[in-house]
Amino acid sequence: MATVNPTLIATVVVGSGGASSINFTSIPQTYTDLKLVASIRTTRTGSTQDAVALSINSGSTSEILLQTDGSSASSNTQGGYFGYVDTSSNTANTFGNLEIYFPNYTNTTTYKSFSVDGVEENNATQSYIMLTSGLYSSTSAITSITINGSGGNYVQYSTAYLYGIKNS
Amino acid sequence: MADVIEVNCETDEVTTRPQTAEEIAAAEAAAAQFIAEETARQAAEKAKADAKAAAIVKLTALGLTADEVAALTA
Repeated sequence: MATVNPTLIATVVVGSGGASSINFTSIPQTYTDLKLVASIRTTRTGSTQDAVALSINSGSTSEILLQTDGSSASSNTQGGYFGYVDTSSNTANTFGNLEIYFPNYTNTTTYKSFSVDGVEENNATQSYIMLTSGLYSSTSAITSITINGSGGNYVQYSTAYLYGIKNS
Repeated sequence: MADVIEVNCETDEVTTRPQTAEEIAAAEAAAAQFIAEETARQAAEKAKADAKAAAIVKLTALGLTADEVAALTA
């Protein structure tokens, strides 16, 4: 059985000044799939949920999402954001976590679908998970990925790691 | 406004820069949309929960047992 070994392509650890967005550019075209793993808390106030807005090649994306807090679930299509993460209203020092998977990101013949799961963890009585299917409606290979908070900036110690995965 | 962090994945060079006016406008528009949609979603969830609670009260008043109400509303 083949072993899949993700290769770390790039790392971002947000510093004390925070970050409005994280942009991975000049992504190598030498892998089969990409995986972006992030641990994020934003400066948004007034709600325990923020979500990550995602842009591929500086273009727009669309999505269908399923979200649940464990007691009820709802589905929706909303405007370009993917996966819940924590905000300044969450318990101190808690961060949301997020994984985005981009299969076949180098192909130039089909649109690029991707999947996202994001968890807002509050170390309290309620937290949320959002599962999202996304589509970048372009046949261009993915060469850059930008993420930013929908309702606030990323705080210090937020991290984002981009991995390349080969299927051979 | 916090800076943009850019990573060149070929060179591993990390740069930070201020957001452009266009990026700020896009972020503000996206944030407004997100917050409006989240507010609407949460309001819809609350309305649904309130309606369910009211229905349970009415069913109980009609004489249904707690088990019967649970079977209908689970």
